[in-house]
Parts: sequence; C-alpha cells; structure tokens
Amino acid sequence: MNVLEISGVEKKYPGVVANQDVSLQVRQASIHAIIGENGAGKSTLMKILYGLIKPDAGIIRAFGNEVNLKSPQDAIALGIGMVHQHFKLADNATVLENVILGSEPTRFGFLVKYDEAREKLKEISKNYGLEIDPDESLANLGVGERQRVEIAKVLFRGAKILILDEPTAVLVPQEVAELFANLRELVKKGLTILFISHKLDEVLSIADEITIMRRGKTVASRKPSNTSKKELAELMVGGELPKPKVGAAKISSSSILNIKEASYSRFDKREILNKVNLELHGGEILGLAGVEGNGQSELVELIMGLIQPSSGSVEILGMNVASHLTKDIRNAGVAYIPQDRQRDGLLMTAPLWENRILGHQFNSPMAKSIWVNKSAAVEGSKSIVAEFDVRTPGTNVLASALSGGNQQKFIVGRELSGDPKIIVAAQPTRGVDVGAQAIIWDHLVQARSKGAGILLVSADLEELFSLSDRIAVIYNGSIVSILNPRETSPEQLGLAMTGASKS
Amino acid sequence: MTKSRVFWAVVAPTAAIFTSLLFTYIILKIRGVDPIEMFRLMISYGFDPRNLVSELNQTVAYYMAGVAAAIGFKMLLFNIGIDGQYRMGAFFGAVVGAAVSLPPILHVLVIILTAMLAGGAWAAIAGYLKVRRGVSEVISNIMLNFIAAALIAFLLSPSIFGILPEGTQVLQTRSIPASGRMPTIKAFDGEIYTFLFLAIFVGVSYWIMLNKTVFGFNLRATGLSFRAARSSGVNAPGMIFVTTVLSGAIAGLVGIGTLLSDTHNYSMAFPSGYAFTGLALALLGRNHPVGIFFAAFLWSFLERTAPVLEFEGVPPEIIIVLQGTIVLSIVVAYELVSRINLRQQQRAVGSVSAEVIDKDSKSVKETK
Repeated sequence: MNVLEISGVEKKYPGVVANQDVSLQVRQASIHAIIGENGAGKSTLMKILYGLIKPDAGIIRAFGNEVNLKSPQDAIALGIGMVHQHFKLADNATVLENVILGSEPTRFGFLVKYDEAREKLKEISKNYGLEIDPDESLANLGVGERQRVEIAKVLFRGAKILILDEPTAVLVPQEVAELFANLRELVKKGLTILFISHKLDEVLSIADEITIMRRGKTVASRKPSNTSKKELAELMVGGELPKPKVGAAKISSSSILNIKEASYSRFDKREILNKVNLELHGGEILGLAGVEGNGQSELVELIMGLIQPSSGSVEILGMNVASHLTKDIRNAGVAYIPQDRQRDGLLMTAPLWENRILGHQFNSPMAKSIWVNKSAAVEGSKSIVAEFDVRTPGTNVLASALSGGNQQKFIVGRELSGDPKIIVAAQPTRGVDVGAQAIIWDHLVQARSKGAGILLVSADLEELFSLSDRIAVIYNGSIVSILNPRETSPEQLGLAMTGASKS
Repeated sequence: MTKSRVFWAVVAPTAAIFTSLLFTYIILKIRGVDPIEMFRLMISYGFDPRNLVSELNQTVAYYMAGVAAAIGFKMLLFNIGIDGQYRMGAFFGAVVGAAVSLPPILHVLVIILTAMLAGGAWAAIAGYLKVRRGVSEVISNIMLNFIAAALIAFLLSPSIFGILPEGTQVLQTRSIPASGRMPTIKAFDGEIYTFLFLAIFVGVSYWIMLNKTVFGFNLRATGLSFRAARSSGVNAPGMIFVTTVLSGAIAGLVGIGTLLSDTHNYSMAFPSGYAFTGLALALLGRNHPVGIFFAAFLWSFLERTAPVLEFEGVPPEIIIVLQGTIVLSIVVAYELVSRINLRQQQRAVGSVSAEVIDKDSKSVKETK
C-alpha cells in the first residue's frame, strides 16, 4: 500500500524552476531514499511535503486522501514529521523538555503533565530502540544521541511518515551504522521513512526504493538490488561522475606553515585547541578531518591571524601570526576560502566586481596606491566568471542574487588568483553541485602542482581521500593522528575522528 | 542596469515627497484651509530671493550634519551624537579662534581644524566605548550630547571662557577677530556664507573617499559585513573607530558657517537638534552628497516657509508633520526599490541558469 503519492508537483520561483513534474510513490513500512545533487530540488520537495512551501501545481495524496498542506501543523496532524539536518534543540533543557516543547500534554490547558509525557517518551524509546533517557540534560548528549532525540520528538507527535533531511551529514561512520539500525527498527514497526541524501553508498545499503532527482525533476526510481552506484551517480548528474585527477606530488622539504604547541581558549576560558602541532609543505594538500566542532574553525582562524593563540606559536611563510595582522598574512600570499561563504567570504549586497576586490584590496592590481582600480576588478571578475563557469548575467549583479554554488565558485576563483603560496580551504565544495565541485577540485590540484601548499578542511571524506597527500585528524582540539590516505580505510579514519585511537 | 538604478534613485524620493504632500493636503483640507492656495503661498514665499539666501545658509549647516550622518550610516553606525559633536566643534573653534592671532587665511584654517578635532575627539569617546567595550553608540552618544551641553554651559561661565556683554542676557565666547572670519557674498539684501563652498568640497571629498579609495572600500566593506571585511584583512574594529571619529569631525563643522560668517562667537543661542535632522537628511539623500544637498535644502525651505502657515491660521507644526511623513515614506520607498532591484537581478541570474540548463539537457539527450 502506498502511504504517499505525489504527482505532477511543480514549484517555480522567479526565473528558477525548483520542482517540475515531480512524482513519487512511497510504500508503507519502507525506507524510500530521495537522492540528487545539491540544488536538484530535494529540499523543495520535502518542504512541500512538510507544509512549509505551497506548490504551484500537482496533487499530494497521503494515506489515500488528497491533502492540501498549508503549514507544518497540517502535516503533523496528518502524521508527517520532519527531522531537520540542523537540530532544533535547546541545550539547557532536558531531553523530555525538548521532546514535548510545542506539544505539551496539559491539564486544564496550562499545567504540563510531565509524568504522562515521560511515560509516553519511555515507551517510544523502548518500542523503537532509541535508548534515550528522558531526564538527561541535552548538553551531555553527542551528535548521534541528539539526532535520536529529534526522531523521538517527531514520533511523540504521532508521525507515521518521517522525513529525514541528510541525516548522516553530521555523523561519523559508526554513528551512521547506529542510525541505520534505528531506522530499520522504525520500519519494522510499520513506519515509513523518506530519506534524503546524496551519499550513494549509504542509500544503497539502507533504502528499499530510491528515487533520483535532477534539475527539479524526478528522473527515475530504482531498487537497490538492481542498480549500481555508477548508474545512480550518472542518473544524478546526467553524465559521468567527475573524479579529481591528482598527479604525483612534488612536495618541497621546507615547511611553509608551522604550528607548534598552539592552544586557544575562548572568551569563556573553554579550551578549544590544545597543543596543536601541524606542518604544511609547499606542493602538498594536507587534509584536516574531524567531526564538526572539534576545533577546525578555530584552527583556521588562528592561521589567518583572526584570533591569537593563548600559548604556542603559529608561523606562516616565516611570519609569526602573533606579531602580524591578517592583512600581512594575506599580502604574503595566503588565500582563504572561508567555511561560511556568505558571512565571511562575500559582501552579499555589493556587486560581484567589488567582491572581486575583497581580500586583494591592499595590492596591485586591485589597488593603485590609495585608489581602488575598478577596471581591473571588473576585468578580474569577468575572467573568474568565464574560467569557473559562474552563472551570472554580468559582474554588476549583487552577490546575493547568485545561487550558493556560484557564489562558492566565485570565491574560489578570487582566492586562487594571483598564485597564492598557501591556500586555506575550509569546506571548499560544500553545497555546490557536482560540476562546480569538479572545477574547484581541478583548480586546487593545479595550484598544488604550481607549488602551493593547501590545507583542506573538509567534512566530505571522499574529497579528503581523493585529494589529500596526508590527512590530519582533529579531535577535541588536538591533532590525534596523521594518516596516509592510501593506506587508510574510511572506517579507520572514522574511528580516528571519534577519538577512539587515542584512548 | 545602471540606468534603472538612477531612475529608481530619483523616483523613490519623488514618490515619497508626493505621498507626504498628499497627506498634508488631507490634513489642511480637514482644517478647512485651501491646500493648493497654501502650497502656492509657501512656494512663492520660499523662493523669494531674500528668503532663498537664508535658506541656503541654513542648508549649509544641515548639509554638514547630513554628511556626518551618512558616513556613520555607511558603517551601520547611528551617529545620534552629531548634536554634541557640533557643539564641541563650534565652541572650541570659537574659543581658539578668539584666543590666537594669525594671518587671515591661516587663522580660519586653524579654527576649522580645531572644530574638526573637537568634534572628532568627542565622537572618539563613543567609538572607543563601542569597539573596546561593546557599548551601543546610540546610548553613549545620547549621553555624550547631554554631557557636551552641560560641559559647554559650564565652560561658558564668565570665570572661564564666557563673557556677558552689557545689555544682553546670553553668555557667549569672546569674538573672533576679523582675520579669523570668512567673507560673505552679498546677494538680494542678504549674505551668503562662503563656507558653502567648503561644505560642497567636504561633500565631494566624502564621495570620492568612499567610492574611489581603498580606505573607502574598507569602510564600506566593514559596514556591509564585519566578518567578511575582517577575513579579507581589514582591521574592522579599527575601521569602526576611525569612521566614528571621521563622522564626528564633520559634525564639528555644522556650526562653523554661522560662527565664521555671522555671529563670530559661540553662545547659548546656537540651535540644537542637528542629530535627528542629520540622520533624516542622510536617509532622504540616500547617503549621496548630491541627494543630501537637495534634502538639506528641502528641509530649510520647509522650515523657512512655516510662518506663512501661521498667517493663514494653520499651526506651523504642520511642517514637522510633513517632514516626518517624508522620512517615513522615503524609508518605505527605498526598501521597495531595493526589493525590486534584487528581484530583477535574481530573474536575470535565473534566466542565465535556465539557458545553461536547457543547453545541458539538450547535450544529455544528444549523448544518449
């Protein structure tokens, strides 16, 4: 029996078709994966199903009836729940409080029936094998446990269909295995799961049915038993899947970045980095792996001189960052691709040509003595647009008008201009489509063969494995191991990322 | 695209002014006054040459306040301290100007520099508090306005810098000697302050600094995104401080036209309220030196014509209502324009992507 049937769903934004001809049949008690590149329209479809967006056309039937979802409340009432990629939980409350927040069972309409809620949550936890303690403080929970709380939250509201938006993006391999066990348990009990992802291995191992989306349309459906990773990838991309072509490394012997025993404590005295030692040579790509929030961002900011080490030293191109400004570090030839492109990498309400200047405003050709060189900036941005295939009608449009992937291509183009000696690249291909990813990888590898040293911070293990010459693993503010990607399996790397190898 | 931007930049304020005129029209109608006749009277009175001269002189002061506010706006700073900075500038300009004796042009320059220094230094307090202590510049500047007024009142006591000329009740500083005064241009029984040209020069320099220099780029970048500017190598907190001081230095010039061409001394009779006016004018003129100039002229024109209303039995406060509705409608109009612009751009970007998608899907079909 199909619990969910969608046909001909369409959603258009000015100039952009987010969904078109989308059709989907989801069987009860199955795990139905929806895969596609970033920007293929997966999120739009899920938002439509959860009542966050109203489609322009199309029919949605849930549990046999045609439905008109006006808000998430409608969806929840129907039994459709959503587990967001970014958790929406309060750190300083207990698990129980988080779960019932917004749908508290009450007496006389204002007294919360905690005992009843606790019993109900315990039962859910037991029935579905979620293993969560209602009275635990959320602050003590790890990422995997938090995700289970999110799932419990949805179940508590009586969901029969669960939408999971990229649930594995924040998990290490071991946690992914646990999550999958949980999901199987849920399906056994008759629930239905919509699983959104772009990781093919995971989808092949967990899903009963896979629907592929490309450019806003559902292009095909497959069963894992009669498809392959290669076919799925080609369906997703509409062609061959790009792979970075990494040539032999010509690593120079002298280190251009030398971090010695560097520690960093935040304003609240919490130690974020603890005696980090790291060395980067010219001509190599050093990957930095780690579960998000283990000090990667701070390490990058330390290197860029945006924060100062509380002890130890960071030496970059022979300069001690303690006595140099970010400006000096940039001028010496350090490029910086920040993790949060919209906040750190762009002036969103400024035109592209002005964004071309950003980070280069202290040097020729973008600056001529005290003057900004507009013609050089316009020329420079035009060549980035051409070389990196940035999709824009011109260099006068505001950065905010571009899509995320195109913004990222523009930033990478800008940072790689002028032959930098060191490239600090934080999540350089996050949220960009496969085509853009290939372009960005190509240019990073080119920069490496020109002798640049690259620090590649990434959450994408495949990217780390295929690009890096060495992979440093950061856990809880320390570098716990440095691995050779050719002699390491993803499982070993995942284990190192959880800090297991240390204890 | 640039053409349409210029078009909207003119349409938005015009529409806002018409909206507020319509609003005033209704109010006058309710009062039982013929609005058209009233507007006609205001215009003929306002454009009378003699009145034009004094409107122009008032415009100069408003213009400086507007430019000072605009520099702050570019950094997302709400410089409500213009009032205090202007008082400090005018007062210390007057005191120093009366105390030194120098050859003519140099004397004037010293007074102007002193005024800028005093205004800038006063603003620096707010700048320091913001950058180092995280104190909102709005709060500290409001306090600093009161402190400046009280401090000057104290310094104006006869035992310190003040004098009380016989036959008057107003404490004032000693008069600046002739060498420290700016000439005026005689026109229609009135005298135009030559400080007008200096004000225009300041406005143009502001625009060039902001749009053509690296310093201006860094300033705007910090205003648009503190974090992006910092990541690009700009000393963003430093930029905030410097901008605050710069805004204060220009605010220090607000009273200089009157001081050097008219009163030649600072007294308690110097008007207040330049902060709010300056902020409104920067908003109305969209932080552009030409726009602010027209806005400043409009403001002094309206204020000058207020008495006409009184002759007709309409309270002159209606002008304040008119000014208020202009500012309110301009904010709405600019917001609308920027949304229209963004939507146009997104559509343009979307059509480019759509073309590429079409091409891609064709090539996919061909390969199959």
